[in-house]
Amino acid sequence: MTPTLSSLGKDLVGLEDLSAAQIRTILDTAEPFKEISERRIKKVPVLRGKTIVNLFLEPSTRTRISFEFAEKRLSADTVNLTAEGSSVVKGETLVDTARNLEAMRIDMVVIRHGASGAARFLADRIPSNVVNAGDGAHEHPTQGLLDILTIRDHLGGVAGRRVCIVGDILHSRVARSNIFGLLKLGAEVAVCGPLTLLPLGIDALGVRVFRRVEDAIEWADVLNVLRLQLERMTAGFVPSLREYNRFYGISSRRLARAGKELLILHPGPMNRGVEIDSDVADSPYSVILGQVTNGVAVRMAVLYLLAGGAPEAAEAAKRRGVG
Amino acid sequence: MNTRPRLLRGGRIVDPAGGLDTVLDLLIADGKVAAVGAGLEAPEAAEVTDCGGRVVVPGLIDLHVHLREPGGEHKETIATGARAAAAGGYTSVCAMPNTDPVIDSPAMVGFVAAAGRAAGLARVYPVGALSVGQEGERLTEIGELVGAGAVAVTDDGHPVMDSGLMRMALEYAQAFGVPVADHAEDLGLSRRGAMNEGLVSARLGLSGKPNAAEDVHIARDLLVAELTGGHIHLQHVSTRQGVELIRQAKARGVRVTAEATPHHLLLTDDAVDGYRTEAKMNPPLRTEPDRRAVEAGFLDGTLDTLATDHAPHHYDEKEQAFDDAPFGVVGLETALGLMLTHFVASGKMTMVTLVERMSTQPARAFGLPGGTLREGAAADVTVIDPSVRWRVDASEFHSRGLNTPFGGMRLTGRAELTLVDGKAVHGRGGQEGA
Repeated sequence: MTPTLSSLGKDLVGLEDLSAAQIRTILDTAEPFKEISERRIKKVPVLRGKTIVNLFLEPSTRTRISFEFAEKRLSADTVNLTAEGSSVVKGETLVDTARNLEAMRIDMVVIRHGASGAARFLADRIPSNVVNAGDGAHEHPTQGLLDILTIRDHLGGVAGRRVCIVGDILHSRVARSNIFGLLKLGAEVAVCGPLTLLPLGIDALGVRVFRRVEDAIEWADVLNVLRLQLERMTAGFVPSLREYNRFYGISSRRLARAGKELLILHPGPMNRGVEIDSDVADSPYSVILGQVTNGVAVRMAVLYLLAGGAPEAAEAAKRRGVG
Repeated sequence: MNTRPRLLRGGRIVDPAGGLDTVLDLLIADGKVAAVGAGLEAPEAAEVTDCGGRVVVPGLIDLHVHLREPGGEHKETIATGARAAAAGGYTSVCAMPNTDPVIDSPAMVGFVAAAGRAAGLARVYPVGALSVGQEGERLTEIGELVGAGAVAVTDDGHPVMDSGLMRMALEYAQAFGVPVADHAEDLGLSRRGAMNEGLVSARLGLSGKPNAAEDVHIARDLLVAELTGGHIHLQHVSTRQGVELIRQAKARGVRVTAEATPHHLLLTDDAVDGYRTEAKMNPPLRTEPDRRAVEAGFLDGTLDTLATDHAPHHYDEKEQAFDDAPFGVVGLETALGLMLTHFVASGKMTMVTLVERMSTQPARAFGLPGGTLREGAAADVTVIDPSVRWRVDASEFHSRGLNTPFGGMRLTGRAELTLVDGKAVHGRGGQEGA
């Protein structure tokens, strides 16, 4: 099937590739889709007859489920493929897997892969629309979009807001998508974490670097707290989780000292007591569950737009209900 | 050699070893240079080649190629590599020992040498492993490797992390007159880096190898060479600090020779953008200040040899996500054209200096025959057409490896005829070939 040229182009590989206008289009299109998830019958027919393959070659729970809800609520037919029990473990290459799927006449592939650049690799080789659901340490654009949408919901806008991403920036695709997306929309962006977990020369991307989390809290309107993966400790990037929590953990004590209200985001899954304390995660400042809800709406918007849906018709599409 | 005599008539003969840069004739008989002079008579039955407008140089020598045999014949064989070399104007190549099995015994050295002779194209000189199995633990029988034909020892591809082992190699190899070739990389600093560590790696989310991983190893081995009086040959230098360390060591009289590669001279890590695996090699492409420093070092002779680090891979191996693709680019069939276009034609370097970097000095560094057109020398000769325009098209390569970062580039100048022992091993443009 020939892909339809959408306002986003053929694929969504990363926010670095999008213009500010394109990012706004996705966020605006997500607005009407939010409401669909609140209905008793959570379904509209805009992707009826479209086949989407969720190719998750790296473990994922929330992103995979969020995409699947988004696809089903738009009435697409979906197939899930994970690394375990598939031809991938039999040594099939990524490009062969993709071409085989392509031969079954699919319309879109949502890909999660452990290698940076895997989504671009696939997008360049198959005519279907490709949506990056996280590639290595490169980008996770729908996560970046849902984070930005959540900030916009709570602060009324993004431009001029100060957002600090805290934690393991080096290995984080969420960090990169947030940095690229937020900067395009005019936010001020900073990162904070142990230097072992910050890419050398990250400031050249246009972000501030804070070495002390107290300084970051002082400066920021929003903290996006990244998960500290346990294997970072065994690899020696941080000496211990206890020490990480002591110097970089977001605690209510630290927040209280700043004497202002901060919005707290976390892409999940959380390590309570490591990068974020429970009293923060469960506080009114935390919008973590709002992020999850927005995730479905943002992904619906992305799929709808890539399929050729007109941004201005999203409101009308929503009203059509199940045909 | 009982081939017909051959007269190369009226070419510009550039032979830095003999101090020649003049339009002359060159007569080859019995596989050797018989005479160089003006208005030479063609002997009876001689084949006469008109070299008007051509440059006649001592055959090019590449001190650093990976021919993949044994064990990686799907990537390249000694014969296909030697064919690619001849097509690129090379009459001699030095084959790195990181094959499977490793070239760490006299028998394995003998195998490479014999396969090279059997191919009968460019000469193939084996380089032996520095440590048994390239495991970095104990020295190979360097004396016996040299006896079997090895021209240097190295653990290329597997950096020697034990400074004490490097010291012993630099001491022990001196008795046999061979240099220790050194892939300088501190593995603790480079970790699992897939490209240069810098802004591009930060953007792409790829793990990086910092300059310092190469620099600390270069610094260490220059100091160990100074301590021992051994000859260190630093391979594929890619960093600005590395070039400066070598410059300083040379000024102190340390016995050091060093390579620049065409890709580090011409490209930066921007070429990786888009996750282009054909721009993935080790050491990685660095930044523009590094590229400029490598160029300056190549121009002033700090980096006194050009080497390609020809590293062929199968198409499927490079057709992967960046992290999963192997390191390496091919170079034998593009190096001369790239250098003629971007260094000689652009006026950065004279033809004489280029020949010094690509033939004279490589021969000296590894003590190889060749690198000269003096009378009596083996007739290893490259005839260059300096004005032919062509476009790099990997599908036309003789190498099995198509992994070039220069695909599609338009170049001016290339080898038209390559002679080894007076015998044509490559010819194009109306010239006879193998």
